[in-house]
Amino acid sequence: LVFTEEDKYGLYSNLLFKYFLAEGVVCGHDLFVASAKEHPDNILKELPAPLLDDTYGKELGDEAAAVKSEDFQDSMKIAWRYQNLPKMEASPTTYTKFGHYYDVSKKMSPELCQSVKWHSFYLHEELSFEPKMKTCNMNSGYARLLQSIQRIISQEGFDGSDPQKKRKNALRIGIQSLGSMLWGDDVCCSDTPEDTHSLTKFLYVLRGLLRKSLSACIITVPAHLIQNKAIMERVTNLSDMVVGLESFIGSERETNPLYKDYHGLVHVHQIPQLNSLICDVSDTKDLAFRLKRKLFTIERLHLPPDLSDTVSRASKQDLAGSAKLLSSGCGAMAIGKKHLDF
Amino acid sequence: QGRFTLLRDTRTDGSFLVHHFLSFYLRAGCKVCFVALLQSFSHYNIVAQKLGVSLAAAKERGQLVFLEGLKSCLDLLFGEEEQPAQPSPLQFLSTSDLRALFDFVRVSLTPADGDSWKGPVLLVDDLSVLLSLGAAPVAVLDFIHYCRVSVCCQLKGNIVVLVHSNEDSEDEENELVVNSLCHHSDLILWAEGLATGFCKDVHGQIKIIKRLSLRQAAEQDLVQIYQYKIQDRNVTFFARGLSAAVL
Repeated sequence: LVFTEEDKYGLYSNLLFKYFLAEGVVCGHDLFVASAKEHPDNILKELPAPLLDDTYGKELGDEAAAVKSEDFQDSMKIAWRYQNLPKMEASPTTYTKFGHYYDVSKKMSPELCQSVKWHSFYLHEELSFEPKMKTCNMNSGYARLLQSIQRIISQEGFDGSDPQKKRKNALRIGIQSLGSMLWGDDVCCSDTPEDTHSLTKFLYVLRGLLRKSLSACIITVPAHLIQNKAIMERVTNLSDMVVGLESFIGSERETNPLYKDYHGLVHVHQIPQLNSLICDVSDTKDLAFRLKRKLFTIERLHLPPDLSDTVSRASKQDLAGSAKLLSSGCGAMAIGKKHLDF
Repeated sequence: QGRFTLLRDTRTDGSFLVHHFLSFYLRAGCKVCFVALLQSFSHYNIVAQKLGVSLAAAKERGQLVFLEGLKSCLDLLFGEEEQPAQPSPLQFLSTSDLRALFDFVRVSLTPADGDSWKGPVLLVDDLSVLLSLGAAPVAVLDFIHYCRVSVCCQLKGNIVVLVHSNEDSEDEENELVVNSLCHHSDLILWAEGLATGFCKDVHGQIKIIKRLSLRQAAEQDLVQIYQYKIQDRNVTFFARGLSAAVL
């Protein structure tokens, strides 16, 4: 269960979200997209196109791509906020190649999108259905989402309950902007929300569903809006993996020469520790991201050489091979000397 | 016998202690009731195998009673409509009442005829999750109290509980539970991340506090501090500053 803290305007978190789904499409996983903000159909139309080895520019979506890059230009002026932490359920499928690269300026072709089966959950369309499960005092939007996920998992056989339907692939679940007001949860508006436990109960049940089935999930949450820090701590404990994205736009770091090559920082708060005693084995935790015209890369934070008169000099050497750090099936990409497969 | 051990972690993950106690007590021949709220059975099983114990076998011979919280909550929420014979131990999800959980623990650890296990042990991973799921802090403390009376005093068994805590935590309910438990524990194992930050060779520091002051009025608590590094199959402990990387 990958829990991502959204940045203020949700731009980079959306990008990560789409990468996760795009990787699913390319790997042939089924998708389940849930959102209260935009219709999942629209989300799916905007997945980035994969970069294939041979051809660099696959067709289509030029107008859409143009719109998207403009969109990014605007968002650059907005301050980033912490992205929510992603929880990542260990994806059981293995890849021969580790992840794929994506071209941000192009959209994925409809044929490719339609090559996988996908399910959607758009909260405002689902409000008319009554949840059939016991809600346990959970917010009804969350309860419906859980019911929908559980239904897909058991119908499509991802939980192995039906020996007839042997699945060879996994289900990738993406939930956008959980905890925001659009889901009917006021945890983002006030310090003492009415129901402090809905979000955590939801996450616990979701965790149970993920553990029981062949699925992985990414959730983005506008953590910057959640005033009650206790809830964020609990949510961190309930997640497998927690990543926060902090962009520099609008903050004082934008002009800091240390960060001039980057657009933001990636804070890895927690790494999944599944099936083993060993915990964190990464070499470094300073990661930064940047959005180039076509690629979104995550790199080790590399401070430029200090050419001033001061004596002390802090520079971090890049090391390749931090790919083992984030070992789930998320398809983010990095091209360049500093690598992080995500 | 009759001891309450508190496992506490701050800024790091103390679950290696849970794995240790689980395999330790199973190997010692005790009957263990494991309330595993945070991870799936297979996770614990895989790690236990690395430590030399098979949880599946222990379950089969009745030595281990395993409550898999994640699975039980799914059964509770998505299960069939008819009422099962026994209320689910995770009923507190809807009723905020931990009594069913306590009954489950008590029933699992009460020795049945023909049981030849040495003392019962209750292991909980982890208690902070109960707060996330809607239980009030007082209810959690009551639950622990009832368990102590039943397991430690009546059945002369041991209890080991894991909680998370953070410095400057804003989770007051959690801090309340943790502080209260600290006062009542016989032994506290506190795993902390290093104050200086992340280090590859030293994963953290463990503070062992033997609460001698609980049992005898004039005694002082004994505090020992070690640092540790976690490997695939075991954990090495060493005195502070003397990690293998430094020597």
